[in-house]
Amino acid sequence: MTVERLLVPGLLLVGVISVAAACLLGSTPLDPGRVAAALLGQADAGDMLVVWQIRLPRAIAAFVVGAALGASGAALQGLLRNPLAEPGVLGVSACASLGATFALYYGLVGISPWALPAAAIFGALIATALIAFAAVRTRSVVTLILIGVGISSFAGATMTLLMNLAPNPFTLSDMINWMLGSVANRSFDDLRLAAPFLFLGLIILFATRRGLSALTLGEEAASGIGLNLRRQWIAVVLGAGLATGGAVAIAGAIGFVGIIAPHIVRPFVSHDPARSLLPSALLAGIILVFADIGVRLLPTNSELKLGVVAALIGAPAFVWIAARRRAADD
Amino acid sequence: MTELIADHLSVTINGATLVHDMSFTLKRGELVALLGPNGAGKSVALRAVLGLAKRAGGAATLGGADTAVIDPMTRARELSYLPQTRPLAWPNTVRDIVALGRFSFGANLGRLQSADADAVASAMAACDITNLSSRKADTLSGGELARVHCARAFAANTPLLVADEPVSALDPRHQYRVMDLIADYVKKGGGALVVLHDIGLAARYAHRLIWMGGGRIIAEGPPAETLTETRLASLYGVKARINGLQVEIEGAL
Repeated sequence: MTVERLLVPGLLLVGVISVAAACLLGSTPLDPGRVAAALLGQADAGDMLVVWQIRLPRAIAAFVVGAALGASGAALQGLLRNPLAEPGVLGVSACASLGATFALYYGLVGISPWALPAAAIFGALIATALIAFAAVRTRSVVTLILIGVGISSFAGATMTLLMNLAPNPFTLSDMINWMLGSVANRSFDDLRLAAPFLFLGLIILFATRRGLSALTLGEEAASGIGLNLRRQWIAVVLGAGLATGGAVAIAGAIGFVGIIAPHIVRPFVSHDPARSLLPSALLAGIILVFADIGVRLLPTNSELKLGVVAALIGAPAFVWIAARRRAADD
Repeated sequence: MTELIADHLSVTINGATLVHDMSFTLKRGELVALLGPNGAGKSVALRAVLGLAKRAGGAATLGGADTAVIDPMTRARELSYLPQTRPLAWPNTVRDIVALGRFSFGANLGRLQSADADAVASAMAACDITNLSSRKADTLSGGELARVHCARAFAANTPLLVADEPVSALDPRHQYRVMDLIADYVKKGGGALVVLHDIGLAARYAHRLIWMGGGRIIAEGPPAETLTETRLASLYGVKARINGLQVEIEGAL
């Protein structure tokens, strides 16, 4: 009980520390005094540039993207009553980055800066709607996850096709960015374009989180205790679609963080999906900020992509969680 | 006074009519048992009456409101529904599961208002599960879990209760304990409709029996009037001896 009460304040504190750490660490050495001065607007132009144009937007992007994916993961797990449900596994992230890739390939981004987030969110909503439609027809969550894997593969294949046909190397490298997932070179302008959708999604998920607790009992009993099932499905599909689409518009497809964060959080909140939502969002944000610091500090020739690192850690964790589930849990 | 009324209800699924022209009323202060062999349409009928399954014809009302269009929250404050038990998705604590019975009153798990906390505490006391309060659901025995679900239904303090096979898969002692809980609830003014497979148990506890076969109500009335050897033979296909309210089944016909 006490651990649960300290969970959210503790995660908030660690979140602030992680963003501060991200501002301190980087290829240009800056001591804490200069970073603090830059954050307060009291430093010279060079320091201001490094902190405000490069490190802070990147750290905040990583945190916001993580939070969106963590909350979407927790909400989808509550809705589908399965700890393996997650935007990445269900193909939502892949469809969103396919949308982003389309916008890049056809040069829609040149027409309006909103084209990229709009296309990513459109892709994400199509995937969540497909999952929801399939869920009405099949009662088996395992089947749903397999459908998600199918959607994911199809989106990946289409994306590879577009990359094959890419008109020039610049478009190609943009596409690779969105496929692999990265928060490098993000500015506050990029954040501003996607944030409204992302936060709208998060608000929808938080506003309807109580229904996720009810679904613990199964759909029929949940409806018996007063849950409007149809409304709950629409809310999670819309909320997770908007949040994931917004996250992908910022950083491309970053997988598995939406599984790991809720999995760690759940024992501390009595396994209640509603109560896991906020801590999962915070923890997933923290994980991505630290993972991104790691990506920047690793002495590799060309910088690793955040999404690749997330998958390298997350995929084995996914296998581990899946293997520990009992067959009876279906 | 809240009543659940089915009026010439019928249900068709994929072209097959599963429930024909079903009419009955559930009032407060009575325990009604719904009996019938497997496939008689009992569960479907219940779902249709509650507005959880689509009906093909007829009407069903709860407190005068059409159950097909009633708001789920309103329905949940008038009537508790215990469907056939399914495994829980997460290993929640017993107290949280019981607290879900207060969902329609806006209860948030983990920080209950005092009215909700009181209702949860007294429901847990009534079902004798107070000592299990912080146990995880996946560590409970079948009998304990059945009482947890009963407490969940009672926590809502609804005038009516509908339970679909609440004692299936329980040993005899737990069957009686759960039926005692439901009987207590009825004694305090509640009205309960319970699907049962144990005819002896139904005859012992119910004020009224509704016999269902092939999607129709075959007979309805107090156990003393409707429980007959010929009925058990024609409906269930068993040879039985009935002595007052004692039922002794001798074998399949």
